[in-house]
Amino acid sequence: MKKAILWAPLAMFLIFAAMVAGKLYAPGDSSIVSHMVGKPLPAFALPAGMPDRPGLANTDFAKGKPRLLNIFASWCVPCAAEAPQLVELRKAGVEIDAIAIRDRPEDIAEFLKRYGDPYARIGSDANSSVQVAMGSSGVPESFVIDGQGIIRHQHIGDIRPENVPDILAAIRAAQ
Amino acid sequence: MKRAAILIGLIGWAATAQADSLMPADPMADTQLSDPAKEAQAKALMENLRCVVCQGQSIADSDAELAGDMRAMVRRRIAAGEKPEAIRAWMVARYGDWISFRPPVEPLTWPLWAAPILFLLVGLWLARGRFRRRGR
Repeated sequence: MKKAILWAPLAMFLIFAAMVAGKLYAPGDSSIVSHMVGKPLPAFALPAGMPDRPGLANTDFAKGKPRLLNIFASWCVPCAAEAPQLVELRKAGVEIDAIAIRDRPEDIAEFLKRYGDPYARIGSDANSSVQVAMGSSGVPESFVIDGQGIIRHQHIGDIRPENVPDILAAIRAAQ
Repeated sequence: MKRAAILIGLIGWAATAQADSLMPADPMADTQLSDPAKEAQAKALMENLRCVVCQGQSIADSDAELAGDMRAMVRRRIAAGEKPEAIRAWMVARYGDWISFRPPVEPLTWPLWAAPILFLLVGLWLARGRFRRRGR
């Protein structure tokens, strides 16, 4: 019994070291899932991010058809990486609106000219307040909103080519 | 002129490396409220809310832009008369219990609350023999 207790500190240290090594080897997924999925969009009305099209309000969504809400920024590198997939989704008939985080009209225009323009509406969220109200923790993130204005699906990070079928499936499921 | 160009280049490089926007921070992010009581409430809440970018830091400590925007939001809502607990609940409804540094007492977190008491009891039990021997 006494001997066993002598070994206890070493055993505890080994358990601790194994836990640290395990996390170093496989850090796990640190993305933060929004708890707004399944709930109605929060009320918001954002001014236009670009002069050539309207801004974005939550009332633009509850119109019977599912839409994809893409949270992006012209200064965000992964947003440029996902742009081709958004263009592809648009070609597949998906209606896409955007919230531009901390952005300027001229920068958004330049970004869309370079990487493609799939957006029907762009709202400008200059102080990230709507992003926080959506439970989103970064750019890019995309939400599938059904025809009643309920958030049905969240995609965290850039939409890669292999994610396109998932997004299309989520849009179909929200029909 | 050349030096300025290098400097601008470096600034551009730093901006892309950190992936921050070109917009200035919200003025409320780093400006205290004029009412000290309200600022104290806001500060206490900011220290309790976890930054969703830096994750280990509170929004009071974090330099992330989103943390700055959250600080500004907290200050505005406190200034408008909202109770800190209501704002905390609003954040939890969006990001889950994870967003707050104060874990709720529920079956899943009972070990967390019980562990210190348990370790103290184990320590007392281990030390018990020593006290007895010294007593003799």
